Amino acid sequence: MLAIFGALVMGAAFGFLLQRGKVTSCNVIENQFRLRDFTVLKVMGTAIVVGGIGVLLLVDTGNSKYYVKDANMLAVALGAALFGVGMVVYGYCPGTALGAIATGSVHALVGALGMVAGAILYALSFDWLKGHVLNVWALGKVRLPDLTGVPDAAWFIALAIGAGLFFWWVETSQPKRA
Amino acid sequence: MTTITHDIARDVPRSARIDWSPYLVGAGIGILSWIAFGLFGDPLGVTTAYSRIASLFATPFIGADAVAQNSYWKSMPLKWDYGVWFLVGIPFGAFVSAVLSGTWRLELVPEVWKERFGPSVTKRFIAAFAGGVVIMYGARLAGGCTSGHGISGGLQLALSSWLFLGVMFATGLVVSAVMFRKS
Repeated sequence: MLAIFGALVMGAAFGFLLQRGKVTSCNVIENQFRLRDFTVLKVMGTAIVVGGIGVLLLVDTGNSKYYVKDANMLAVALGAALFGVGMVVYGYCPGTALGAIATGSVHALVGALGMVAGAILYALSFDWLKGHVLNVWALGKVRLPDLTGVPDAAWFIALAIGAGLFFWWVETSQPKRA
Repeated sequence: MTTITHDIARDVPRSARIDWSPYLVGAGIGILSWIAFGLFGDPLGVTTAYSRIASLFATPFIGADAVAQNSYWKSMPLKWDYGVWFLVGIPFGAFVSAVLSGTWRLELVPEVWKERFGPSVTKRFIAAFAGGVVIMYGARLAGGCTSGHGISGGLQLALSSWLFLGVMFATGLVVSAVMFRKS
């Protein structure tokens, strides 16, 4: 019971933040890919840097562990390419779509039915994919620090500086909006 | 593009605009990730739970037996776990935020789409459905979405997730350039 409540509160907090961050708006997402509005990258970049430093500390102090997804390089690359196509045509990603439905977006709901169909198609093609795609260049649960030998802290310093410079450039070169 | 933003701004009363900084929201999601890792041991993600739920919808189409026999759903059966309840929470939180900020509104065809492809609701619905099929198939093939790979995987410096982020954005930029080209 408490676990259910915890999950609901976490999901609600996530949905609340997505809506406040304007990323449940199809216009904002489309304009990110058109390079006219950098809200999506600002939200994601900040979440990765802030979240990453905290999780690194949690793992280092033994309070959490990593949950890394398998680097099935061919499947991830193909899947990500399809994902990019779908995100621009749909105008949402799966999480923001669920938020958008609740803010009155009817076309997001139609797309959510499409997502159900997509999940079913994936389940039906899973056996073939397992034998032909998922097993190609399967490197396992690899993290960039392990792969490169560059320590975690260095990655986050570089990410923070890179993101900071990029956002500074975006803020100064984009026209001010009242 | 400034014209688009200004048009939206004009349509919505000044009191009914959300003005949280995207950096603040990003930091909030980052902190939410600390809790997800430290307290629940379950990073933010959407599509794994989504495909569990999809098995419910598959039953009328392919039959309960086919669903039960399916090797993917065997590895990922429908269970009301943390991820599924997390999923249920998302629309709830977004709804509360939209109502509190006065930004809840019915949207059949979004502005950017209308400008390029016209006001046809049918056309937009067909595209949204098709886009939904493709995005979920891609998410399952890659093993995650913008949340699971992009944020949760990205912040763990996972190789798979940074490959996902790079390929996803590159493809999106190309498709967007083609889709919104000046005709």
